[in-house]
Amino acid sequence: MSSRVEVAGVSKLFNAGRPNEVQALSHITLAIEANEFVSLIGPSGCGKSTLLRCIAALTDATEGSITVAGKSAEQARVDQDYGMAFQKAGLFDWRTVAKNIELPLELMGWKKADRARRATEMLRLVQLDEFGDHRPAELSGGMQQRVAIARALSFEPSLLLMDEPFGALDEMTREHMQAELLRIWRSTDTTVVFVTHSIPEAVFLSTRVIVMSPRPGRIATEIRVDLGDRDDDTRQDPAFFKLVTEVREALRSVEDSAG
Amino acid sequence: MTGASDALARRQRLADEQRAFERREATSRAVRSAVIFVAFIVVLGLGYSGYKAFGTSIDDAQTDWPVVGSFLPATDDLRMPPALDIITEFGEPLQRNSDRPLALFILDAALFTLRETVVGLLGGIVLGLAVAVALLRSRRLERGLLPWVVVSQTIPLIAVAPIVVIWGRNNFGFLPFAWADWMSVSVIAVYLSFFPVAINGLRGLQSPAPDDLELMNSYAASWTATLFKLRFPAALPYLFPAVRLAATASVVGAIVGEISAGVQGGLGRLILDFASRYTTGPERLYDAVIGAALLGIAIIVVLTLLERLTLASRQGTTAP
Repeated sequence: MSSRVEVAGVSKLFNAGRPNEVQALSHITLAIEANEFVSLIGPSGCGKSTLLRCIAALTDATEGSITVAGKSAEQARVDQDYGMAFQKAGLFDWRTVAKNIELPLELMGWKKADRARRATEMLRLVQLDEFGDHRPAELSGGMQQRVAIARALSFEPSLLLMDEPFGALDEMTREHMQAELLRIWRSTDTTVVFVTHSIPEAVFLSTRVIVMSPRPGRIATEIRVDLGDRDDDTRQDPAFFKLVTEVREALRSVEDSAG
Repeated sequence: MTGASDALARRQRLADEQRAFERREATSRAVRSAVIFVAFIVVLGLGYSGYKAFGTSIDDAQTDWPVVGSFLPATDDLRMPPALDIITEFGEPLQRNSDRPLALFILDAALFTLRETVVGLLGGIVLGLAVAVALLRSRRLERGLLPWVVVSQTIPLIAVAPIVVIWGRNNFGFLPFAWADWMSVSVIAVYLSFFPVAINGLRGLQSPAPDDLELMNSYAASWTATLFKLRFPAALPYLFPAVRLAATASVVGAIVGEISAGVQGGLGRLILDFASRYTTGPERLYDAVIGAALLGIAIIVVLTLLERLTLASRQGTTAP
């Protein structure tokens, strides 16, 4: 079976041809298989968010090609092959929680009853059954982020793109959300590309961690994470610590060489 | 697991309590505003009567105090009819051969002006939104058209009003309905009221965060879908204050429009009539002005209630 996401020789220039030209990405090549959970990690300015945006076709690659589910990234965006979650939950405060989840379905022209049924299912998936009629402002940050994930998954995309979705949460909520995300990932048939700058988060969640280096953004190294099924005990596992150390050292050498 | 569901239940309870609290708050806020309004009217009446009594007592004492009647208004009954007379005049008949009280004449005129105002306001909202959307759609248009929108408001209303009425009488024959003079006054009200809606509407339509726009983009939402699902709802907290301003402008436009274009039937004309016959009944002019003020207040109250109802569910969303 072909990769879910294929990034081939992608470079990205901002302000191309002008004095303030910045090379954000340089010749990135990356293949992501179905049902992988891939984290992109690196110091700020390494272009990890830019790479995610290129995959989402929210911005164009200057050079190279990106294929998502066998088609161009742009076509995949138009066909709604991916769902996206940002650092800010970005719920619309004039809509109830359930109506927020229904937003992409509305845009896709789903019938009202179908939308409502799916919203109920998604609320159950993220364990917020009782909160469909609530306003986003009545929810905690972690709960809002769960709603955002439910919204991203509501139309069952095969690919979930997440840009530091837990970056604004406190440590306890964050760990809870990570466990939740893994449960959701296992119970759905989804491939995840996850941008983070937290090393334990990347290791805990991923099947593969891509370490990127800055100026210009390149893939420095990638680390396979073979931890199998994880739970909260995994965080105390020596194998977990070993992988965390491995990623940390990779990041250090990246920063030193960029220094 | 029970810990987590306990936490959820607690949050649910908190949210319910919060809502109940906000409902109580809203009720007591309405009562408070009504009390403040009545108190304001009483204070105004007392101040008026107090000043009049003060000025009259000085007059009676034959003191040659140069302030009252020179720097400050004189207090004789022609210039300052007694407050009680102003109130009782509402019940007095306006014409000798009829016992129809003045209040009903003012009410009729107010309803006539209200129609002009509401039509003008609705037209202003539609035109203002259309301008805002056009300016949003095209950067170049925003740069080219926005200055002219601002310039349009510097043209004196009194100069334009008669032209609009004359145009209305002569040039709108192609319309499927007969053009009445009050519609020309509504056009003048549109001219005044579209401006705040256009300016604030544009700001509101531009208010969504880049993240929100990117989210819509990730759904491959069309420009129109983004307009209706994101930009319009996001603009509402900006639009309500603008519509309140537009409503005030629309009342002013209607009354001044009536006066300067000589349109019969509304408060503007009534004020003009009572002013020209001031010496035979000064109280009537005061009453007509009070009627105009009440009309403006009534419109604002209705709009504020609409705003509360619409935005009540959005917590933490206040217009900047």
